[in-house]
Amino acid sequence: MYKRLPESEQAMTGHAVAVTINGEPVHCRQGDSVAAALLAAGHADCRDTPVKGVARGPFCMMGVCYDCLVTIDGQPNQQGCMIQVRPGMVIERQQGARKVMA
Amino acid sequence: MTQAQQSAPVIIVGGGLHGSSTALHLARAGVPALVLEKNYIGRHASGVNAGGVRTLTRHLAEVPLSLAAQTIWHQIQDWVDDDCDFHHTGQMRVAENESDVQTLQQRLKTMHEHGYTHEEWVSAQDVRAMIPAITPSIMGGLIARGDGSADPYRTTRAFRMKAQSLGARVMEGIQVQHIAREGKDWKLQTDQGLFSAPVLVNCAGAWADKISAQFGEPVPLKAVGPMMLVTSRMPHFLDLVVLGTSRALSFKQRENGTVLIGGGRPAWTDRDTDQTELDFRLLGEGARVVCDLFPHMKHAIVNRGWAGIEASMPDGIPVIGPSKTMQDLYHAFGFSAHGFQLGPIVGKITADLITTGKTDLPIEPFSIDRFKAPADASTASAYPFPL
Amino acid sequence: MIAIHTCELLVVGAGPAGLAAATLAAGLGVDTMLLDEQPSPGGQIYRAITSSPLRANKKILGEDYWSGESLIGPFQASGAKYEPGATVWAISRMTAPELAGGFEVGYSVGGEARMLHAKHVLLATGAQERPFPIPGWTLPGVITAGAAQILLKTAGVVPGDRTVLAGSGPLLYLVAWQYLNAGIKVDALLDTTPAGRLGKALPHVWGFLRSAYLAKGLKLLRAVKANIKVIQHVSAIEALGQDKLEAVRYTANGQQHTLQADQLMLHQGVIPNINLSQAVGVTLRWNDLLMCWEPQVDDWGNTNIDQIGIAGDGAGIAGAWAAEHRGRIAALEAARQLGKIDQARRDSMARPHIDAYARAVRGREFFDTMYQAPDPFRLPTGDTVVCRCEEVTAGQIRETVKLGCPGPNQMKSFLRCGMGPCQGRFCSVTVTELIADERGVSPEEVGHYRLRFPTKPLTLGELASLPQTDASRQAVVRLKKPV
Repeated sequence: MYKRLPESEQAMTGHAVAVTINGEPVHCRQGDSVAAALLAAGHADCRDTPVKGVARGPFCMMGVCYDCLVTIDGQPNQQGCMIQVRPGMVIERQQGARKVMA
Repeated sequence: MTQAQQSAPVIIVGGGLHGSSTALHLARAGVPALVLEKNYIGRHASGVNAGGVRTLTRHLAEVPLSLAAQTIWHQIQDWVDDDCDFHHTGQMRVAENESDVQTLQQRLKTMHEHGYTHEEWVSAQDVRAMIPAITPSIMGGLIARGDGSADPYRTTRAFRMKAQSLGARVMEGIQVQHIAREGKDWKLQTDQGLFSAPVLVNCAGAWADKISAQFGEPVPLKAVGPMMLVTSRMPHFLDLVVLGTSRALSFKQRENGTVLIGGGRPAWTDRDTDQTELDFRLLGEGARVVCDLFPHMKHAIVNRGWAGIEASMPDGIPVIGPSKTMQDLYHAFGFSAHGFQLGPIVGKITADLITTGKTDLPIEPFSIDRFKAPADASTASAYPFPL
Repeated sequence: MIAIHTCELLVVGAGPAGLAAATLAAGLGVDTMLLDEQPSPGGQIYRAITSSPLRANKKILGEDYWSGESLIGPFQASGAKYEPGATVWAISRMTAPELAGGFEVGYSVGGEARMLHAKHVLLATGAQERPFPIPGWTLPGVITAGAAQILLKTAGVVPGDRTVLAGSGPLLYLVAWQYLNAGIKVDALLDTTPAGRLGKALPHVWGFLRSAYLAKGLKLLRAVKANIKVIQHVSAIEALGQDKLEAVRYTANGQQHTLQADQLMLHQGVIPNINLSQAVGVTLRWNDLLMCWEPQVDDWGNTNIDQIGIAGDGAGIAGAWAAEHRGRIAALEAARQLGKIDQARRDSMARPHIDAYARAVRGREFFDTMYQAPDPFRLPTGDTVVCRCEEVTAGQIRETVKLGCPGPNQMKSFLRCGMGPCQGRFCSVTVTELIADERGVSPEEVGHYRLRFPTKPLTLGELASLPQTDASRQAVVRLKKPV
């Protein structure tokens, strides 16, 4: 589990951004990436892979691994580490294993 | 390398699908050909095309060949010990407007006049039922139900492996530098030594004109790079392969959920260095066609783009058949954007020509010497369709 | 209508190389645009330097990090244009319209496509973490040490429970030291530097002794070793757990141990970001010491592609100080090519930067030899995932080579390896080395993925928003009027 240093908590005072993660309300810091907010809120994983349906979470935090893909405001395949939280943002775990025609 | 390894009864220049298919059919007839490939099997057009297995709206001259090829496709497992990921989902050309409807209806009429029944009209209502994701303003379509798509690299490789298992030989990474006729033999100077064979087959794709020109049969071949895009995986929404009528598009969703978008818009290519550069403004035009036909696609994520280097002939049909200037030289090239489905049959045609001197399929329209005369309206007219 | 900007010089990347380059070029009167993916300048090494919540307590990140501020002020005052949050996905030259006068660059900001016309492009896209393929490295709870540092810098987010750092190289120790400064407990640091490596690096130690890194490095190392359990010569590591990390099993000196863990941070050096370079046609070569692909550049940052230069770690790993100087050198060359200064002026202005660069790279050979990622952690076997995106394993890749697949591009067709959204960023070097290992040839001979634009994904809707092509190039293969 991740947590915020006091300096990070302090930065949130009065400037917290309210989002939801899988339906639960979460407060995060203005300037946090979605991936950072997810980790700080205790979510190590954010999606299931499309090929084998295994859990994955943020890995590189700099936009090159594409493991932090989440659904944001209904749009899937958004890189959590490259998008900053916005008030009212709806963040959902991405289901990757899709049923396709045999 | 021994003398025996340096010669073969037939040498095939070019290890794409047509070269590999020719090798397979020759091997089945007991003739162990040698394929010389400058990169690796399926490196160019054959490995990276859209994989369309299509009889739909072919140029009139190609229809009999295409229908014969389709028979092989439906038994592909028996021919090459691999199903090539062939899914026979059907292909449909859709009508966006009244003019498209007219075009497709006219095409259907032409087919019926020639006794072909593999294409059928589909009403607007039925198109929407078959393709719920398509724009509601669609006005109908022309379908070939036996068509579908397959994996191009896997198919090319399967033909190569089967051919090798039956006695054919394949050498990759070998560049033919010069070809000469000496007595009854073809002598091929390569970067790995001299090769000889009494029979030569030119399946050199975007480079085939260099060979034909050497022997007094220059052709107006153009090396082109039709561009492809593939998306990330999406929820299943499409079974059929969808083609545009007046606006170029080829559109299919693969079993793994990714969507392949083509249309033949050309990349910049340099065939001497195997380089291509995608033209994004042209890709943008293709994207607009997709979004008009399938509105939900505007959120689709484009993961990759590419362009193979292919050979295009000005009248839209390939060169198939014997050389008109030299004995024991056969050509099969110029298939850009419509060669994949024909691969299984063209190899048989060439093998039959070599082993029996004839083929029971009508190949006169594909003759290499047709470019000497001014463009004949009757061969050019029956292919109005973009990709 | 989509916005099309123009500039003379496009700099891609706002790390030390890009910032220094853009500042200098703008100062010489070059109409300069800097595009960078992140929301604020600094690249990765100085990530979030203008926005970090840790500004309130500078000793956590340390003075080397904060020294990066010296690049920001001059850049902001330079007159260079700057677009943050900009992801470049295409650099067209042969298909650029004539009026572009050089390159037409496609990029996205906030999910919207934009275009830019530039005469000269300087790629300063820096580096990424080297892949660290161990069993279980894809489990949630396993991140890179670089990612841990980004969480710290950008958000002040730190691990709260059992944390293990593993790998080799200065960055790993830097993160450990920064965690100590923040009062964060690290349960163990598993150092994979093999025994005897110091002996191998010793011939290069003279450069290291004369370098600026020495004093800092030793002090940092001492602090970490005094406060964190450091296990040396770790020869195997596995991340264990069902749906997330639960334990780390490692082998050191022939003995196997298991540590309960909630976070594992991996690091074994960095490698250049090569995707934009390779897609635009720059020749790559394999660096045998650093075990990675590097673009071929000359001393001025020029490549085999006219008007495309590369500076910083993206041209070859040499660290942040070296990147700054290289950026300035490449900017001077760009200014010369754009006709702002002549060669004599370029050479005289470059002198101090060339000298500074030489000083900055003193000691690199020692580091690079010392911290070369060891074989077991570069050449996985069995079920260890190699292509994270498509979930392709080392065993599958090795088997496919045995079946006759000779190179990474054919590997793509066989296994979909490298065809995922990361476009080979996290598997390219591993795949090249595995194939080389199986075939018994050099990585240079095996080659690399053939990369194309778009180098980062974009939506079809964005593509559809691009302007029409010039009428003169309206062409579709065989599109004819119906008869």
